[in-house]
Amino acid sequence: MTRYILRRLAAMPFLILGVVTLAFLLTAVTKGDPLTAIISDRQMNNPEVVAAARAKWGLDRSLPERYLIYVGNLLQGDMGTSFITRRPVAQDVLYRLPATMELVIAALIVGSSMGITLGVLAAAFRNTVVDHVARLFALIGSSIPVFWMGLALLYVFSVKWGIMPGPGRVDPRAALPPSVTGFLTIDTLLAGHLRLFLDALWHLLLPAFVLGWAVAGTISRLVRANMLEVLSREFILTARAKGAGERRVILRHALRNTLVPTLTVIGYSFAYLLTGAVLTETIFSWPGMGSYAVEAARGLDFPAIIGVTIVGGVIFLITNLITDVAYVVANPRVRLG
Amino acid sequence: MMPATGTTPLFEVRDLRVTFEKRGRSLEAVRGISLHVAPGEVLGVVGESGSGKSLGMLASIGLQPRGARVSGSVRFKGRELTELPRAEMRSLRGSRIAMIFQDPLSSLNPVMTVGAQIAEAVWLHNPGMSKRAAMDRAKDLLALVAIPQPDRRISQYPHEFSGGMRQRVMIAMAVANDPDLLIADEPTTALDVTVQAQIMGVLAELQQRLKLGMILITHDLGVLAGHADRVAVVYAGRVVEEAGVNDLFARPGHPYTRGLIASIPNMASQTDRLFSIEGSPPPIGTLPPGCPFAPRCPMARDICRRDAPPMLFEGAHGAACHFAFDRAGRAA
Ligand SMILES: Nc1ncnc2c1ncn2[C@@H]1O[C@H](COP(=O)(O)OP(=O)(O)OP(=O)(O)O)[C@@H](O)[C@H]1O
Ligand code: SF4
Ligand SMILES: [Mg+2]
Repeated sequence: MTRYILRRLAAMPFLILGVVTLAFLLTAVTKGDPLTAIISDRQMNNPEVVAAARAKWGLDRSLPERYLIYVGNLLQGDMGTSFITRRPVAQDVLYRLPATMELVIAALIVGSSMGITLGVLAAAFRNTVVDHVARLFALIGSSIPVFWMGLALLYVFSVKWGIMPGPGRVDPRAALPPSVTGFLTIDTLLAGHLRLFLDALWHLLLPAFVLGWAVAGTISRLVRANMLEVLSREFILTARAKGAGERRVILRHALRNTLVPTLTVIGYSFAYLLTGAVLTETIFSWPGMGSYAVEAARGLDFPAIIGVTIVGGVIFLITNLITDVAYVVANPRVRLG
Repeated sequence: MMPATGTTPLFEVRDLRVTFEKRGRSLEAVRGISLHVAPGEVLGVVGESGSGKSLGMLASIGLQPRGARVSGSVRFKGRELTELPRAEMRSLRGSRIAMIFQDPLSSLNPVMTVGAQIAEAVWLHNPGMSKRAAMDRAKDLLALVAIPQPDRRISQYPHEFSGGMRQRVMIAMAVANDPDLLIADEPTTALDVTVQAQIMGVLAELQQRLKLGMILITHDLGVLAGHADRVAVVYAGRVVEEAGVNDLFARPGHPYTRGLIASIPNMASQTDRLFSIEGSPPPIGTLPPGCPFAPRCPMARDICRRDAPPMLFEGAHGAACHFAFDRAGRAA
């Protein structure tokens, strides 16, 4: 098993290089002229200004040259400078990535606990009202688009009823604690700022719920199907013959046997959450990678676009690695050399 | 008309019926099984695949599948089980009444260690017991069923055990709380021929040592010759013959039983080819009127296709055939 993990780790640099190359090439084949994003329409007609801008951003070099320059810089942690924010992309990412991770992890926790609970309930009370309600609830989450759900809930809970905070990560008037992890819920705690912690948590709740609900459906459907399959297996009868009660049969014997596929679907729903985060962040004015990516794409901010793509790709690779390793660890029957 | 037996039965099933509702039609898979087991006695239950042996026994201890309707009476030490609250039934299962299944490959939980599964059986019925003590007991139980190196084996997973070893684990789990009744549902069918005798040996030894009442389900009448005190022959969801094992082999009263005996390999060794009963049992829900065996019975006459035969007794030996014990069919 250790060898398996080592082998997977050894492959990572190559996979990452692949992501970098791909991201770079994708922007290179895009037709739009990035100049429109850095100089105003009026100055477009001024050849001197245009030439200076091209030289500054390296836009006049050949493609392979630009690629080599980019990779060389990347190795030193330099992703170039954003056309729009005019700050180093790496710095922007470092500020925005934790916001996204905080949202996505929270959504993952909400989504998987909702999904697993619904799936288990639906299986335990199959073909009853409980089952139907659980399935309907899951269906709503996975079929209504995240942006629509986000807008609707924001409107109802925040605007109309005022029981939930508005958009943003935290009360905008609050003085933020020093950034240690970049996770507001953790940094506020580290600073011993309980009120701010609760405020951050409170702000996190609605977007995490919206995003989590979207994956809860997939997870619960899978958990339900797996639970039903496992419940029909003979060792369940053995457990009952031992005198185990229904709770124990479901939670200890059946659920534990659905762990592997459940972990897998949770791991892979991470990718979906990253995508979903783009829309959620836009709606909830969440200063994360998603809204950054949208701004970058709108402004044809190439350095930012490549940077976001690479970071997203690397996160995707890492989650897949974790998922696969967890799969091996959770499954005593899998033997890998 | 249950014949008087000397002892009060440990376990007594009367007219047990199990019905499934399928698309508005009700299918009776078990059509009134009656049987009884005395303390320390081994009752063999034999019958073809699909005759309702497993379903009947599972239903008798409340383990019928979802959607099955069960009726009839099941008494254990005089207590009516069908009226017992679920919690009380649960506390009997695994402690006073244990059951093991046909396929030891699938009857153990693949993600729990063997030790944890046996220990679970122990402390489910000894709530005060520490997990450690339960584990120690599990270790002793592994030794009891002659699994070598119990200290090491206890922390292994089922996939690290061979089929025979897994069945030993199942047996260890079943006797964990020193039950009064063990229902063994084809405990050797799924095993290698070489291992079958060993497992039967382990079961027989424990049965003697722990004075277990036992219901040994099989479709191989030959197994019962050496291991059962009495035999109940099941056909199409009902007991068609019951007798002491020697009596049954010496004077089978039902043509179906005679067919079963003739199809045992070593009993038929005098003849060139193995006898087998022609045809197959009727699918549930499509029983002909009269005797359910009539379509396959070499002795069937008109009365058989018209009237269902009652259980005829000669002492404690009963057979559900109009012509059992050479009796002429009662004129209709
Ligand atoms: N859940 C169910 N729904 C409908 N019919 C069922 C169900 N479970 C069992 N049956 C039917 O009940 C009948 C008896 O099955 P059972 O498993 O008791 O047979 P058996 O005598 O144990 O056979 P075998 O020797 O193959 O184990 C079969 O015809 C089977 O199709
Ligand atoms: S009753 Fe008739 S058909 Fe049925 S077993 Fe006896 S002889 Fe055969
Ligand atoms: Mg069976």
